[in-house]
Amino acid sequence: MRTAAWGSCLIALGLWCGCSHKHAVAPLLHATANGSALLESSGGKQLSSPGSTLAQPLVVQVNDKQGNSVTGALVTFSGPAGVTFNPPQVLTDSSGQASAQVTLGESAGRYDLIASSIDSGGKTFDLAIPVFAAGYQQQVGHEVEDTYCARCHDPESTTQRVSNYDNLAVKPHAFGEGDFLNKLSDSDLTTIISHGGQSMNMSAQMPPYGSTLPKSDIQALIAYIRLVSDPPYKPAGVVYAKR
Amino acid sequence: MSKTKIGASLRAMHRDPIRAFGVVSVVLLLVLAIAPAKDFFSQWRSYQSQYLRLIRDRGDAVTLRRHFQGGIRQIWIAQLGVVDRCQTCHAGLTEPTLVDVKRQPFRPHPPIPHSADQFGCVICHRGQGEATTVEDAHHSTLAGEEPILPARYLEASCGQCHHEVLKGTPKLNQGRVLLSRYGCVRCHAVRLPDGSAMKASDVPPPLTHIADKTSREWIYAWLKDPASYSASATMPNFHLSDADARDISAFLMANSAPKAADVVVSQGTGKQEDPAAGASIYGQSFCASCHAAQNAGGNLVGGDLGPELTRIGNKVKPEWLEGWLSDPHSYDASTTMPHYRWSAQQLGLVKAFLLGKTDSDFLANVHLDSATPAQIAHGKTLTDYGCAACHEIRRIQRPENYAPELSRIGSKPVVQLVFNEGMRHTLPDYLATKISQPRSFGPGLRMPQYSFTPDQVDAITTALLALTDRSYSLPSSLQVPAQHDSEYRAAGGAGKLMEDFNCYSCHRINGRGGDMAPDLTWEGSSVQRKWLDDFLKNPNTLRPALLRRMPKFNLSDSERAVLTESIMNVYQTPAFDRDEMPASGYPAALVEQGRQLFYSRYACQSCHIVDTKQDKGYIGPPLYQVGLRLTAAWIFHYLKDPQALRPGTIEPKQKMSDEDARALTAFLMTQKSAGKQEGAR
Repeated sequence: MRTAAWGSCLIALGLWCGCSHKHAVAPLLHATANGSALLESSGGKQLSSPGSTLAQPLVVQVNDKQGNSVTGALVTFSGPAGVTFNPPQVLTDSSGQASAQVTLGESAGRYDLIASSIDSGGKTFDLAIPVFAAGYQQQVGHEVEDTYCARCHDPESTTQRVSNYDNLAVKPHAFGEGDFLNKLSDSDLTTIISHGGQSMNMSAQMPPYGSTLPKSDIQALIAYIRLVSDPPYKPAGVVYAKR
Repeated sequence: MSKTKIGASLRAMHRDPIRAFGVVSVVLLLVLAIAPAKDFFSQWRSYQSQYLRLIRDRGDAVTLRRHFQGGIRQIWIAQLGVVDRCQTCHAGLTEPTLVDVKRQPFRPHPPIPHSADQFGCVICHRGQGEATTVEDAHHSTLAGEEPILPARYLEASCGQCHHEVLKGTPKLNQGRVLLSRYGCVRCHAVRLPDGSAMKASDVPPPLTHIADKTSREWIYAWLKDPASYSASATMPNFHLSDADARDISAFLMANSAPKAADVVVSQGTGKQEDPAAGASIYGQSFCASCHAAQNAGGNLVGGDLGPELTRIGNKVKPEWLEGWLSDPHSYDASTTMPHYRWSAQQLGLVKAFLLGKTDSDFLANVHLDSATPAQIAHGKTLTDYGCAACHEIRRIQRPENYAPELSRIGSKPVVQLVFNEGMRHTLPDYLATKISQPRSFGPGLRMPQYSFTPDQVDAITTALLALTDRSYSLPSSLQVPAQHDSEYRAAGGAGKLMEDFNCYSCHRINGRGGDMAPDLTWEGSSVQRKWLDDFLKNPNTLRPALLRRMPKFNLSDSERAVLTESIMNVYQTPAFDRDEMPASGYPAALVEQGRQLFYSRYACQSCHIVDTKQDKGYIGPPLYQVGLRLTAAWIFHYLKDPQALRPGTIEPKQKMSDEDARALTAFLMTQKSAGKQEGAR
């Protein structure tokens, strides 16, 4: 009787081990080299919608102490709940780069993706790369920005659009410039957008858009500015009396 | 044995009725307690108490507590057929101050223009609104019930009511454009709730006279793999066998009728043309506004209105090309290509330049023996692949209802779908696979292989998921119809010329036409007659940095006069009289006041150039000769309200006083630096 009980226990244990082993599907990669620093090559600060796969892969580079790229270092990608990477682990190629497709989680907002690797001493080093999932309002804001604002506020020219940034006497602030923009309240930003730079003693080269854009578009634009801000924007929130 | 046991206990009860009564009562009470206990331990109660714990220590706890309603919370909107209990668990859904909460089910809903009380949740997110457990609400797989819509396709839900180009839904908009641009709707009918049908926007060429245009070898290579000829081809790959491609090409050549007009006596100079001179005509004619070609770096440069020209020399016959360049309408009456008035020498140069665009590898391995009648007959049966759904082919009828109608595909029950092995059994996964790998569902399927990127597959899936039963059952007052192009055609001689030049390919007039160039609906109120006449003679560049610009068509004097006359007379706004303000003679003081306003108060130099030495603004058109171009009345009214005259322009409306607008108009009307104009040429 007792033997039978022990036997069935053993069988159960074996089954459990067998089943749980099945879950570890990813083939384990082994680093053939170690670096000491991670750099972002491309793919950071992309904007997409919740649940979507980013258009460009996330590419990072592993360097050693001398700043030379390292081939064969193991890079592990991770992120907030809901983010998936394909593949989640990758060895750096001959130019020291590792890349992965990123699918965002189902909620809107900023996602800080982490690429990490291990140095020769066994210590983990990592690199945080923000990407953004725009909700409906932020997406509208992004479209407003693209139509009305980017020509001056984005210093980069594209084949479709020549940037006007260099032509301006007073340089506009880029929308990711959190150090400056986070200090402005929503109502300050609304004033500048609606009534022009002069209304806040800033450049007259920022024209007023209050009669051109509906209020909802201006709100959406601010929501977009807050989303892409780096360092991230932390709303002051409503202050309530302590109970 | 058990029978006797039960019998024994029954006998015992019979002997002791009081004890029996006690036992039965306890059992009854226990049974009665099951329902309340199930309710008490239900999932939603647990979530509600978690929510209360979550808000307990927050600064805004009092407000949140006041908003909180315990128990099942239901929204019932009879008109829309919505019964939602989602907010029973999603208790913080309408609390914007919970923005820092990342945990579901307590996150607040991101801001959207509709409120949950008005529309509920399931109209957009799908799922079972009446359910009160997580599993039933989100993941039901029962027939007729809908699982929750993954966030990546959520824009589809907007498309149930919004059939117009909607702000904030780029995926949905792109998907709809792709359904039209890749001709999906030529085979699959898509009818919208307002009764209109989705129209295709591609222009597949007619194959009636194909033998005049190209060789059988080219047709063969193109059929085998369109992408090998042009990376941007909208023609899909039918994965034809060598024999099938051979037979279709044989049929198309045999079926082609020669067109008399194509046989143009060559007007070329006969000598070897200088390719650089041809390239310069190609550039001056702004062919790249519509046609792309690979540059030396392998990048596609140019527009996508016309076909890619990278290997055009491999495709067209020289005599056809000459006929086409001298008048495209004679080969294809419905083409969007403008009829350039090139001189014989210019035409020869362009022709030589285009014929030089070849790839020696492209047709190197194509060797076809002459076609047999059996091959031609077999080729004809192969048009069953749906060739005639897109292309006009002699003696082949355009098939009706060739492929399944997709008007309600977004509500197709999962039980009616046949999935591949290993696929997730959801409608979005089915659609995405069908779009990206249509032939994976079995041998013998006719749907061809497109080369969509993953983003494009997502977009098309989103646009298809918007085509739901619900979009038909929702009240028509909620439906925002799609905007279709008007059927406008300009009248008279000018109208004929405008069709000949295909002005509508780029310009929009009275609701018809493209958006590459300015809307001309009110051009007659906007510009001065002399400027327009000069511009049509030689379209100098208002914005030299633009890649896409007005080509020089070489209009004859009489054609130019007809167009100028018509534009000046017909295309006038009813809002004002274009001659209500003088073109010159403004007092110097007013002009100076305008200058001050231009440079200080309104800082117009941020975007416009008046003084080429100091101004740099390069968003709006340069204004150093605006006094020769625009009417004073147009400038005045435009400054007052730009969007009223040019809907969608990014020039900000400034709440400008009449006085300021008049002064600025006076200043701008003095900007007539014709010398710069010469320089720009």
